[in-house]
Amino acid sequence: MAGFRADKGGQINRKRPLEFRFDGRKYTGFQGDTIASALLASGEQLVGRSFKYHRPRGVMSAGVEEGGALFTVGSGSETIPNVKGSVAELTQNMEVAAQNAWPSVRYDIGSVNSLIAPFITAGFYYKTFMGNAHSTKFWMLCEHFIRKAAGLGTASREADPDCYDIAHHHCDVLVIGSGPAGLTAAAEAAESGFSVIVLEQDFAFGGEWLNKGDSTTQQQITALCARIEKAGGQLYRRTTAFGLYDHLVVGAVERQTDHLSSKTGRLKYSPRETMHIIRPEHVIIATGALERGLAFGNNDRPGVMLSGAAHTYLARYGVMCGRAAVFSTTHDATYADAIRLAQAGAEVCVLDARQNPQHMMRQAEQAGVYVMPATVPLNVIGSKAVAGVEIGHIDEAGHITETAKQVGCDILGMSGGYSPVVNLLSHRGIKPQWHDRLQCFVAGKTTENIYHIGSANGHFTEDSVLASAFNVIARIKGDKQPHRSPQKGLTSEHASVFEIRLPQRKLKSFIDPQHDVTSHDVRQAKEEGFISVEHMKRYTTLGMATDQGRMGNVLGLSVMAEALGKEIAETGITTFRPPFTPVSIGVLAGRARGREWAPTRISPMHSQHLEDGAVMTDAGLWKRPWYYPAAGEGIEQAYIREAARARQTVAMVDVSTLGKIMVQGPDATEFLNRVYVNPFAKLAVGKARYGLMLRDDGMVLDDGTTWRLSEEEYLMTTTTAQAGPVMQFLEELLQIRWPELRVHVTSVTDLWAGMAVTGPLARNILSQAIPDISWSNADFPFMGVRSGHVTVGRRKISCMAARISFSGERAWEVYVNAQDAAQVWNTLKHQIQKAGGTLYGLEALGALRIEKGHVTGAELDGRVTLEDAGFAAFGAKKAHYVGSVLRKRPALMDENRPQLVGIFPKNKADTFSAGGILCKPDAVTGFGEGWVTAVTHSPACGHWLGLGFISGGAEAWQGKTVIVADPVRDSYVEAEIVSPHMYDPSGDRQNG
Amino acid sequence: MLRIKCPFCGMRDHDEFTYLEDAHHQKPAYTNTDANSWFKAVYLRDNPRGKHLEYWHHSLGCRMILKVTRDTVTHEISRVEPAHPDFKSALSAPAQKKA
Repeated sequence: MAGFRADKGGQINRKRPLEFRFDGRKYTGFQGDTIASALLASGEQLVGRSFKYHRPRGVMSAGVEEGGALFTVGSGSETIPNVKGSVAELTQNMEVAAQNAWPSVRYDIGSVNSLIAPFITAGFYYKTFMGNAHSTKFWMLCEHFIRKAAGLGTASREADPDCYDIAHHHCDVLVIGSGPAGLTAAAEAAESGFSVIVLEQDFAFGGEWLNKGDSTTQQQITALCARIEKAGGQLYRRTTAFGLYDHLVVGAVERQTDHLSSKTGRLKYSPRETMHIIRPEHVIIATGALERGLAFGNNDRPGVMLSGAAHTYLARYGVMCGRAAVFSTTHDATYADAIRLAQAGAEVCVLDARQNPQHMMRQAEQAGVYVMPATVPLNVIGSKAVAGVEIGHIDEAGHITETAKQVGCDILGMSGGYSPVVNLLSHRGIKPQWHDRLQCFVAGKTTENIYHIGSANGHFTEDSVLASAFNVIARIKGDKQPHRSPQKGLTSEHASVFEIRLPQRKLKSFIDPQHDVTSHDVRQAKEEGFISVEHMKRYTTLGMATDQGRMGNVLGLSVMAEALGKEIAETGITTFRPPFTPVSIGVLAGRARGREWAPTRISPMHSQHLEDGAVMTDAGLWKRPWYYPAAGEGIEQAYIREAARARQTVAMVDVSTLGKIMVQGPDATEFLNRVYVNPFAKLAVGKARYGLMLRDDGMVLDDGTTWRLSEEEYLMTTTTAQAGPVMQFLEELLQIRWPELRVHVTSVTDLWAGMAVTGPLARNILSQAIPDISWSNADFPFMGVRSGHVTVGRRKISCMAARISFSGERAWEVYVNAQDAAQVWNTLKHQIQKAGGTLYGLEALGALRIEKGHVTGAELDGRVTLEDAGFAAFGAKKAHYVGSVLRKRPALMDENRPQLVGIFPKNKADTFSAGGILCKPDAVTGFGEGWVTAVTHSPACGHWLGLGFISGGAEAWQGKTVIVADPVRDSYVEAEIVSPHMYDPSGDRQNG
Repeated sequence: MLRIKCPFCGMRDHDEFTYLEDAHHQKPAYTNTDANSWFKAVYLRDNPRGKHLEYWHHSLGCRMILKVTRDTVTHEISRVEPAHPDFKSALSAPAQKKA
């Protein structure tokens, strides 16, 4: 025997040794080991320090309930904290570090905390640091040190280097758990023609069968898996169902690369984990049961573990956890564990809390196991490892007395019974119910297609486990169930023992080792009035660690029930919430990170913009040209040049992102007339009109032009930002409110590319490029709409043009089919550049519209009325339209509401920023009188100017000085309020 | 995750849909000028425990608006039908044989 590894046995591959490091020291394990089994095999009992008291801890379990063997695995950006050594597969060159200990687990400075333990019991933080100002200050002083001393592992601060994926599934039957029940049910279901998915959190299928460790059982597992796959079922291992959600949607995480040794197997592009979102018709929960411990003095010493875990380490991993073992139990099942260790050569003694375990004693004693009936462990001897146990006597009534007996041992296996894993149904809001005979919580009742089978349903013998699996498939098929209600529980009764305590001895007995919660903490919570389990949980933090208190919940509830003089059934249990075990944040995001965080929308001219050297910016999901810098230009020089050129010669901007909605049908005119505040009933074919629409509450929803293309056909344009909401609102109106209107709306935003050609020379450019339209002022007046063809080489590309102007210059918007957009854009661009014009981006577009006082989303922010934005006249011509009633509420008609204005700095050399607060000079405080929505340098005016809102509007502030206060940037600029139409107020330039 | 059975597209995840609003209240006729009726329709909502009528827009699907009966306690969806009355009656009419 090398270390604690048995010479043979277990399902490890002894031909594949794996080297790994634990706290810098070299160790060797085998393929098939977990971190815990490899450390135990190497004789390491002390593997970590506890959360609060820094007590030495060892491996306590062989599963997800682990409360002691928590490690940090990996280094740098690949660091994973709080890895449960009992389930994490060992890999070649793995870096494992103990947590919560400095400088090492053996000599941990923080363990001085156990000397001051009486002061850091439940509620310590609340009592010491909360409440008055004095204690808050004290907290701020101490926080740094406490944060360093307490807590579990530390996450890496570097970005996660791995990639993750999300997969979607549909199936008839989802089986969670691949133990005897799960595999049997899955094979039956698959062979009955159902589509089946099986999820197993372990790296091997078989569940409880893996603990038999013999080849016959292994063949049985392989055969069942083969049957399932042959019948079309899918088997996923290393895959944890972490949550059961509404409408039977199951979330599961498959760990795909952590078990591969980083040098050999990890593939650069393979996801580390995949989240499977599964939508089954039926969910079979075959998640098994977890053993629970007992509470007694120093029951957290390294070497104290669940009795079944000692068995698992031997049978599955070939590891003898100890050579002298004491088992403490309340039922029959532990005898199999004890006998197994005895057969492997350990000295074994069983402390049975029952008075007459005669039916087990002969079998045990034949195997060399010494049984002590009516005994319980009182206290563990030894500090960094178990050295022995003090034994107490328990009578029929459960009364405990001291004895002089001690037994020397190096491990202590404990078992207080089994708790079915019913967490997933609890996720559905259905609380587990206490079952008195089984001494455990079982799943509550549900009307959904969720079924518990096997030990998850309280069947603890193999016959009844398998019977429950056959029955559930018969039930799903609608057949008669072949087995009459399979027996639940163990073959004989078990003693109802949870905590073993002598009132006169003050010993630490842990019920939640991971969070360092003792039975004393629970009693203290009760003494202080936290008598609801929900309050007790939060006050003591019982069950709030990464294991969700799997080892200790029932113990805690029993202590609480006893303190209250109630039954466990009355105190109830707290709610289990997803995730079942911790889930990486990365896998929840899947591929939706970085560039894939949100969809990217690009205009049909996108690659042209990049070729032309545009600097792009984000406008919602869209990428838009921000400015086109000439050599050596920054943003400011570029946009000022572009905006100036638009007013002097000609310039072109991509406006494809504007929302475009086709409104078609016999009632289209009536529909638009109801939607817009201004009249649309008499708009002629071939004309466009600027329109404003409100929400039902009377606030402005959006603005844009709508073009009448034919009698029953309109093209509505919206702002880029509101395209989606406007479309949805129109659909809502047509489907819910006015279903009698014969109108159809279609979003055509992506079908048409739009380019605005603006400036005094725009007419020259367009008449050259589109010769079949007459561009004279008489033939194509402001707000006219025409269609024609763009000449591109020999091609004639059909287009629509509308004479509308966002810049305030003589301008047209030309729309062409998206496929032809690049060619048309290039053609126009060359002619514009020949004429001394330029392309312009979003920044110059903003400068031009601000000078002109045209509003966008910065002004129409959903809190603005027609009057506020200076559009009162628009809403005055018609009686009825969306929002016409509520917009007239008295407070919205108040003349002192902030209204749209222009803002000039007093000193023309000054600049100010959007977001500034407009204040009276003698009251630069609070919300002020208004705010700035947009600013730009105005090439036309030769200085900075802005738009904003101020109480009462421009007239109320004539001749007065305001302060644009920007406290964040510590800027206070004197300004005057002017009309928002700061450039060409008469509109001569656009109309000429 | 809720799953909604769209009468046009079949069973779909709720992230294809956009919740619109409470479907218990009808908006007043657009010619109605009574501010109080509009106030009630726009602002006042019940928050019932149990069955709730609501409009969901199949915004990443067929773009139809559906009237959904959802239990606010269990999230059980007991009924889904088109909001537009003509679609509703067309779907509920017996299938006509082709001549």
